[in-house]
Amino acid sequence: MNGIGYAAVVGQVVVVVGGAPLLAGWMRQVRARLEGRAGAGVLQPWRDTCKLLRKEPITPAGTGPAFRAAPALLVATTAVATALVPLLSTDTPVSSHADLVVVVALVALGTLALALAGLDTGTAFGGMGASREMTVAALVEPTILLSVFALSMPAGTTNIPAIVAGAAHHPARLASPAGLLAVAALAVAVLAETGRIPVDNPSTHLELTMIHEAMVLEYAGPDLALVELGAQMRLTLLLGLLSSLFVPWGIATSGSWGALAVAPVLFAAKLCLLGAALATAEVCWAKVRLFRVPELLAGSFLLALLAVTASYVLNGAP
Amino acid sequence: MSSGLYTQLLDLACGAFLLAAVIVLWRHELAALVRAFALQGVALAAIAVFLGGHEERWDLIAVGLGIGVLRAGVLPYLMRRALAALAADRGSEEVRETQPLVNVAASLLTAALLTLLAYAVGRPLTRLDPTPAAHALPVGLAVVLIGFFVLATRRRALAQVVGFLLLDNGITATAFLATSGVPLIVELGVSFDVLLAVLVLQILTTRMREAFGTTDIDDLRELHDR
Repeated sequence: MNGIGYAAVVGQVVVVVGGAPLLAGWMRQVRARLEGRAGAGVLQPWRDTCKLLRKEPITPAGTGPAFRAAPALLVATTAVATALVPLLSTDTPVSSHADLVVVVALVALGTLALALAGLDTGTAFGGMGASREMTVAALVEPTILLSVFALSMPAGTTNIPAIVAGAAHHPARLASPAGLLAVAALAVAVLAETGRIPVDNPSTHLELTMIHEAMVLEYAGPDLALVELGAQMRLTLLLGLLSSLFVPWGIATSGSWGALAVAPVLFAAKLCLLGAALATAEVCWAKVRLFRVPELLAGSFLLALLAVTASYVLNGAP
Repeated sequence: MSSGLYTQLLDLACGAFLLAAVIVLWRHELAALVRAFALQGVALAAIAVFLGGHEERWDLIAVGLGIGVLRAGVLPYLMRRALAALAADRGSEEVRETQPLVNVAASLLTAALLTLLAYAVGRPLTRLDPTPAAHALPVGLAVVLIGFFVLATRRRALAQVVGFLLLDNGITATAFLATSGVPLIVELGVSFDVLLAVLVLQILTTRMREAFGTTDIDDLRELHDR
């Protein structure tokens, strides 16, 4: 049993670290095809990463420890959160520590590290990107917390593996109004947190619109590779969290090798579908103005709050 | 209909009902407001039909279908016609709810507070008779309050009409959920009242536009300034 549990944790981290660039490449490829381009191929982000890792590390003059530590901190916090969130199995040695608040705090710590690094460079863009990022983050974190609280009410705990296992055994919990409102709220929050298109455009370097890119402009070489990898891992982690919470089938709920062998395949399939859907949506949508972003996030916060209220008011939950 | 499925369907319809009210607050374009209102009409009809199906009362199902025709068909059609007249007359300027008195983010948060208030107020009612319909009662109250809020904070006449109808939808939903079905004759009377009110408001809107060239309520100062 314990061997299987550790294998599941290691598997989760390996799948996310190895798969995150592939997911990013897959999404870029889908986008390219929909826009009528040939695309660079699914492996391109990995090639970029390898190229950047071979370069000489350079830090701008006058930057302090925050700038140097941020990429490693970003990747490390995301990796720890990945080990905690039940992506492949709910029955792991660390599953008793996988509290919702811990996971959200780990994600927020990565955001904070990057924002500090943006401030540390002392450039106009860095500070601007950091302040925008913190504005978005301040609105996103409560939304993520609230929408998962709506799901944790029927389960009676904020332990994410327990919520996922409960949902896998009682699928009726997910079809309730609380579940539907929560998935809508969490989807918007995930888009904002990972800097995807209605909030931020990940492929632009236009100074007026960018949020995430403005903070990491000064990075080069291996540090840039780590920052990119961290951003891709966060996208994979949060999409994985979304799929685990709302489509929990296929995640191993008991310690058996068979279930654990099936789980990565289904996980990859779910993420491919989600990524393709997201890429399709990004082709169709336009980025909203920065001043309308709080509106969008207030809307998703309201949906999350309604989800909590609904799971309390309506008869679906005791 | 089995009891568990009935509860789920009723809850789902109530969720969609509340969601439509929130979308009315969220969106800027008047056309989107009308679409959200039509969606709410469908959800309201579904609530009535599910209640009727559960209690096997055919008159209630008939009332539900009638409500669906009126609130998801006729009233949105009337509003869309008024909107088309506005758009043809003034270009695209009038078709947007440009500046509500309270900005959208703040009004969304207010809606959240109003929903919580409706739940707090509805608790004693729910405790009287804890059926699934009674549990959903605060949703109707919340929509009544949100309708009031839209009525008070929007400036265009058509947006205020949507607010008024939101209020009425909320009242109807509360009536259905509290009494498990109002008598046919009462519902007919209310429905004709609403239809008449919308027709009158539509004529009023047209007159306002002819007289002042806009339906922005804030521009109507001439009534008391001189």
